[in-house]
Amino acid sequence: MVGTTKVKELENVVVRFSGDSGDGMQLAGNLFSNISAMLGDEISTFPDYPAEIRAPQGTLGGVSGFQVHIGKGVRTPGDQADVLVAMNPAALKTNVKFVKSGGVIIIDENSFQPNDLKKAAFMTDDPFKELDLGGMQIISVPITELVKAALADTELDNKAKLRCKNMFALGLVCWLFDRPVEEATHLLQNKFAKKPAIAEANTLVVNAGYNYGHNIHASVSTYRIETGDTVKGTYTDINGNRATALGLIAASEKSGRPLFLGSYPITPATDILHELAKRKDLGVKVVQAEDEIAGVCTAIGASFAGSLAATSTSGPGLALKSEAIGLAVMAELPLVIIDVQRGGPSTGLPTKTEQTDLLQALYGRNGESPVVVVAASTPTNCFDMAFYASKIALEHMTPVILLTDGFLGNGSSAWRIPEMNEYPDITPNFVTPELQEGYRPYKRNDETKVRYWALPGTEGFMHRLGGLEKDNRTSAISTDPSNHQMMTDIRQAKIDYIAQCIPDLKVEGDPDADLLVVGWGGTYGHICSAVGRMNADGKKVAHAHFNYINPLPKNTGDVLSKYKRIVVCELNNGQFASYLRSKEFVPHIDQFNKVQGQPFMVSELVECFTKLLEE
Amino acid sequence: MTDQKYTAADYKSDQYVRWCPGCGDHAVVNTLQKAMAELGIAPHQIALISGIGCSSRLTYYMNTYGFHTIHGRATAIATGVKVARPDLTVWQVTGDGDCLAIGGNHFIHAVRRNIDLNILLLNNKIYGLTKGQYSPTSDKGAVTKSSPYGTVEEPFIPAELAFGARGNFFARTLDVDLVGSKEVMVAAGKHKGTSVVEVLQNCVIFNDKIHTYVTDKEIRADRTIFLRQGEKMLFGKENNKGLVMVGAELKAVTLNEGGYTIDDVLVHDATTPENFLHQRLAMMDGRSLPLALGVIRSVDAPTYDQEVVDQIESVQAKKRERTLRELLLSEETWEVK
Repeated sequence: MVGTTKVKELENVVVRFSGDSGDGMQLAGNLFSNISAMLGDEISTFPDYPAEIRAPQGTLGGVSGFQVHIGKGVRTPGDQADVLVAMNPAALKTNVKFVKSGGVIIIDENSFQPNDLKKAAFMTDDPFKELDLGGMQIISVPITELVKAALADTELDNKAKLRCKNMFALGLVCWLFDRPVEEATHLLQNKFAKKPAIAEANTLVVNAGYNYGHNIHASVSTYRIETGDTVKGTYTDINGNRATALGLIAASEKSGRPLFLGSYPITPATDILHELAKRKDLGVKVVQAEDEIAGVCTAIGASFAGSLAATSTSGPGLALKSEAIGLAVMAELPLVIIDVQRGGPSTGLPTKTEQTDLLQALYGRNGESPVVVVAASTPTNCFDMAFYASKIALEHMTPVILLTDGFLGNGSSAWRIPEMNEYPDITPNFVTPELQEGYRPYKRNDETKVRYWALPGTEGFMHRLGGLEKDNRTSAISTDPSNHQMMTDIRQAKIDYIAQCIPDLKVEGDPDADLLVVGWGGTYGHICSAVGRMNADGKKVAHAHFNYINPLPKNTGDVLSKYKRIVVCELNNGQFASYLRSKEFVPHIDQFNKVQGQPFMVSELVECFTKLLEE
Repeated sequence: MTDQKYTAADYKSDQYVRWCPGCGDHAVVNTLQKAMAELGIAPHQIALISGIGCSSRLTYYMNTYGFHTIHGRATAIATGVKVARPDLTVWQVTGDGDCLAIGGNHFIHAVRRNIDLNILLLNNKIYGLTKGQYSPTSDKGAVTKSSPYGTVEEPFIPAELAFGARGNFFARTLDVDLVGSKEVMVAAGKHKGTSVVEVLQNCVIFNDKIHTYVTDKEIRADRTIFLRQGEKMLFGKENNKGLVMVGAELKAVTLNEGGYTIDDVLVHDATTPENFLHQRLAMMDGRSLPLALGVIRSVDAPTYDQEVVDQIESVQAKKRERTLRELLLSEETWEVK
């Protein structure tokens, strides 16, 4: 490890922290991304958990990772890492495939003993040769020993000392990327405010790591990262699930309707339940129900009673909720259903990401049962889409399904804390006193077809709702054939009208593109990066991304008809493509699909678009 | 009761009642309207939630806020109504299929949570709306359209299920006993927490006379006992029979026979937290021991909906942030200038 430090200037860089699931890799990664964000970098992070909560230490099944992408033009957590931190041989083995050729690998050499290698199923005593890491720059550091030495004078027991190893790695990475270690110290003091001894130990170790890098002048590249042009303001780090929860709270504040969540734990949506359960300080009511059906049903009850009501789930839970969603369609009650999509069918790949619930969201109910379907495109966009899903639900008296996914839910980026006046008002279609004479619950606004909402407790507006078809005029139970046709048409028209209230579809990229790339939901960052990269190379590609799926933006036909060639990219077998094909306005479209439980890679998208342009 | 603010008519909707002539449900809706008038809660402060089944149609016949929902889920929907709006009085009307088959899970959890709901469980031991299949309360061996050779399964006894779910209020009544029904409905309405009222109700079409072994006027006094708080457990046409405890078992005796006197007869106390005796009373089947009617158990306990309110208040008392933005600014943030 002798030599000089080469300094590389980079627009952005990807670091992947990996170790045993108990090694604190997520904390190290989070601190690193927050420090970078404070310097003005754009950030995007993504955790990679093992399916088991705690698999045996040191084994391949127990490895967890946390990838951080920082710099300028950052829209995804990055395809491949410039730097990998591997705390043990198992972490090295499972993560080496995520490292760019010529990248840097930092290992704890104390954890590469024969027994450790055996646990990670290495056949020889040279894991680097076995993994063919010839082109990589390996920094082998006795992290365990150095941590023990740094903490020799503290009162902590051995186990507690070793828990600080992640901070040594963080210190080293901070040195490598010229990040101020004082910020890490500051964040650690806040994080462990109630445990001063732990805060002190972590601070000692993070500094030891930083100084170690500085002193050995490790013969690897260090990096200076360009800072992005971020909008001025106060920022915080937020993942998609928390952003979703907070978007509901914002809508509750704007509408004056108290927020109610009925939910049942399910990966990867549970963090929405966790966040809202914490928010008693803001008056949020949460029922952790006995099952998925009760989750949505308690929400429907709360909606009937006048709340902004939501339920959070993932694909299998959405399947269980479908009958109840149909009730909310029939009773015309506001309801927000959040589906954090994961790999399916059945239990599928609970911790992995997919976009395979789109058609379930659109059509997965009995009868003609239209609902609004919207999708969030980035972790921070989850806030906006939860807000607008609530606005539509409350103002149009309809269930709204918000599709996010595991990638968005767990992925995080820097988020400017908005002022509430940046968001529009939410005004439900409440009854007014002059409607009392002859009030019927299915009396509606002629233009929007939205029925007037009378909350229980209001004198003079007692009424009965239900899942049985009602007479358009009297709101009494009706099986009249022509009335059913009329009510079916009205329910559809009510949803169709919402196209007048949502933003137009926008096109990004080359205005004279030969190829339009179409995506929806959580693939935004990857598609945007791929199109951006191609535009930088002078390729004529453009990108249209859908947040609003049912109804579609009203200019959808106009936009799509302008392009000779269209490719729809999605993490399923072509569900949005077939939905678009079911509309009259769509010309021929190509598809690019992937169902591997993983997000797109920017590189594979570039390759696909390049091929299409060449055809 | 001359100073009542409301009359039964105030709770009656303008909808034509469509149950079969002779159905026990007619009596239940009329009694419920009288009970509500006696309770004096304004019709617009009442939410009546039901699922699917003949009994669940009751919602349409009441001039309150009402929601006729989907099969089995009324308990969960009622839970949402009450937690969101503790100021509303929430009633639920359900049947043995709706409540104990498809809705069994929601029922036990509502009872366990002690949400302040008044659940009227109309038990006719049959599926009526689907035209005559056995239900979870049908007696073993019941011959129905879906059990032409008799069922081979044991029934639920609703009281046993409610006690198994740690229920705090259970009452039982007969559809034909209008006075007793009103009495227990009023008691259920007054009780804070999940009140379960089982109404033994006759399906005149598919399970006629299923309850006559206790409801028949000639034998009712000898086969049932109406329990009242603080009163001796006496029954019989002559009111000369009583319940006594022998070891851990209940026994029906005739006063002044076999050495038993009025002093041996148990006094009903529905309010003991310990539910052993309530359970023994509720399990009496009208054959060797009289079927227990009236309020069998009524114990005060914290309700879920009120505890949620209390928790919000206590958290808010400790924190200053009242808006989302205030909350976010109080957390870890950084400035970009």
